[in-house]
Amino acid sequence: MAHGPSQNFFSRWLFSTNHKDIGTLYLWFSFAMFLLGGFFAMVIRAELFQPGMQLIKPEFFVQMTTMHGLVMVFGAIMPAFVGLANWMIPMMIGAPDMALPRMNNLSFWILPFAFAMLTSTLFMEGGGPNFGWTFYAPLSTTYAPDTVNYFIFGVHMMGASSIMGSINIIATVMNMRAPGMTYMKMPLFVWTWVITAFLLVAVMPVLAGAVTMMLMDINFGTSFFDAAGGGDPVLFQHVFWFFGHPEVYIIILPAFGVVSQIIPTFSRKPLFGYSSMVYATASIAFLSFIVWAHHMFTVGMPIAGELYFMYATMLIAVPTGVKVFNWITTMYKGALTFETPMLFSIAFVILFTFGGFTGVMLSIAAADTQYHDTYFVVAHFHYVMVAGAVFSGTAAVYYWLPKWCGRMYDETMGKVQFWIAFIAFNITFMPQHFLGLAGMPRRYSDYGLQFADWNMVSSIGAFLYGGAQLLFLYNVIRTIGWGKPIDDPQVWEGAEGLEWTVPTPAPFHTFSTPPVVK
Amino acid sequence: MSRTSIHRGLLIKLLMGAGAMFAFAIFVLPPIYDLFCEITGIGGKTGGAYTVNEVTIDTSRKVEVQFVATNNATMPWDFYPTEHKVFVHPGESREITFYARNKTGNDMVAQAIPNVLPNNAADYFHKTECFCFNNQPLSAGEQAELAVVFVLDPDLPVSVNTVTLSYTLFDITDRMPMQVSQIQ
Repeated sequence: MAHGPSQNFFSRWLFSTNHKDIGTLYLWFSFAMFLLGGFFAMVIRAELFQPGMQLIKPEFFVQMTTMHGLVMVFGAIMPAFVGLANWMIPMMIGAPDMALPRMNNLSFWILPFAFAMLTSTLFMEGGGPNFGWTFYAPLSTTYAPDTVNYFIFGVHMMGASSIMGSINIIATVMNMRAPGMTYMKMPLFVWTWVITAFLLVAVMPVLAGAVTMMLMDINFGTSFFDAAGGGDPVLFQHVFWFFGHPEVYIIILPAFGVVSQIIPTFSRKPLFGYSSMVYATASIAFLSFIVWAHHMFTVGMPIAGELYFMYATMLIAVPTGVKVFNWITTMYKGALTFETPMLFSIAFVILFTFGGFTGVMLSIAAADTQYHDTYFVVAHFHYVMVAGAVFSGTAAVYYWLPKWCGRMYDETMGKVQFWIAFIAFNITFMPQHFLGLAGMPRRYSDYGLQFADWNMVSSIGAFLYGGAQLLFLYNVIRTIGWGKPIDDPQVWEGAEGLEWTVPTPAPFHTFSTPPVVK
Repeated sequence: MSRTSIHRGLLIKLLMGAGAMFAFAIFVLPPIYDLFCEITGIGGKTGGAYTVNEVTIDTSRKVEVQFVATNNATMPWDFYPTEHKVFVHPGESREITFYARNKTGNDMVAQAIPNVLPNNAADYFHKTECFCFNNQPLSAGEQAELAVVFVLDPDLPVSVNTVTLSYTLFDITDRMPMQVSQIQ
């Protein structure tokens, strides 16, 4: 019993079935993808620094916007939260490991191959995918480069990975909770992840179905999306967004979970309204299935359809408002301290709420006709994806890193990174609201002179934001290698939960005998 | 039950759930979408060949029917309606023609896809004969008059005074190698 990890580097990481090692693999992979997607973003912002074409060709520009979206959504954000789930869920519910450890290994190791396949298309004849991350047909079928087949198989593999990862999480949480850990005693991070996992099992197959139909249209002469054979391109948009809307909650719900762990710790108060948080999460998940067409108000829907999707979308603001209310109320009259994870979490609450408000603006069908496919939309979803998911992921790393490696990160450097990231983020994306309202369309490599100033501001912010991520990488590496050792299991004064009862750094095997939760 | 078999049971259930959602996306969503469009008339799709069963002609109203022809993407044919609009009584059968010419040096096959606006008229626009029911092979340089016989249903909503029938012509030569060889 209690043997450690394999001493051989390759067998340790390639064959690992240990939830902590696989979590680490997921997190490093996701950070690598974050840097790759970030590099694509830097190319985009460099080209948009000035009007006119300076650095790259328009054909390459659209490949960059497409790859940036795909890599960030499927390569950076989703695996980051799966990595956090792998590390934290067994420790939070008192389980020795994930329920299906070998499947866990498989679900990670197909990801690098999926992204190698996707990224390799950039070096092929015809170039990478150039149809936007939403890959609307017929742009992605009739008019796509031949490399689209690599893209399709890449998406199939990512989907398989996500589905296996989710099944593992569901099985772990349903079957392996410590005695006494009832569902309504689970930490909120576990709750949000279980709900997310169900969303993934439900909608990743729909994405796989969408790309399979594309594959058949392209190679086997079917006409799902081809009007020439009696199909309909608008059907593609319905199928895609039937996946795509739940997908945005797949990204943000675990982020909600992380913030719901961190804010109580640094407020030294239990989370306000725990059960309402659980029900709000479940409501958001349910509503996410019935609002998809608000992404396509301009396809020519009947007015009744527009009204339905508009009101249903606005309804999501209610459970989301409950969550924001609870986070703020948790902080109210708390003994607050502002360590780096808390700073990122507070910024998350503020900026995510801001992004939520622009979401409500976009949900108004009549107004959406103006905002549709402009930089206003780009600004909106970067406020919820970057200031939402990425800020929360960063907060999570700072929060749990000392527990993982038994060393404290540099607090000053963390705070410096936070303030650079916070300010640079707003410099980047705040002006994009103005650009969008003024009519600048997204995904174009050039723009009219009237958009020049704000684009330059936005680009400067983006470079600064990219720099902050390098500081983050440096801080993490420095912590793991040379950080101040700590051995307090609690790590944070106000932290509560089973993961803080195991020694610091967390041993290779934890909870081999289940703890009893009172 | 042992721990492993509990996990395995859940794994199988969830995998079946995922498989069911995949099948749902491919086999259920597209037909539902078509059915929904057919019921509501969204998408402007018209039905197949229609057989007239003893219809009374409603001479009290006249409806303007406009014709639009569009070439999809790189389709090089000349393609246009010989008359751009007609006035018909609901219930009255009318034949109109479209002119098509393959002005290229290659034998080609085309498919016309109809669309009717406004949406609430699509269900009441019946075609007893239409070139769009079949594909159209034309050898190099060949021309043709393509006929449509239509009748407006007398139940056409009274608010509809103008109906637009549009055809988009698609090049389907690549997927019809048999057809092309028959032309030769």
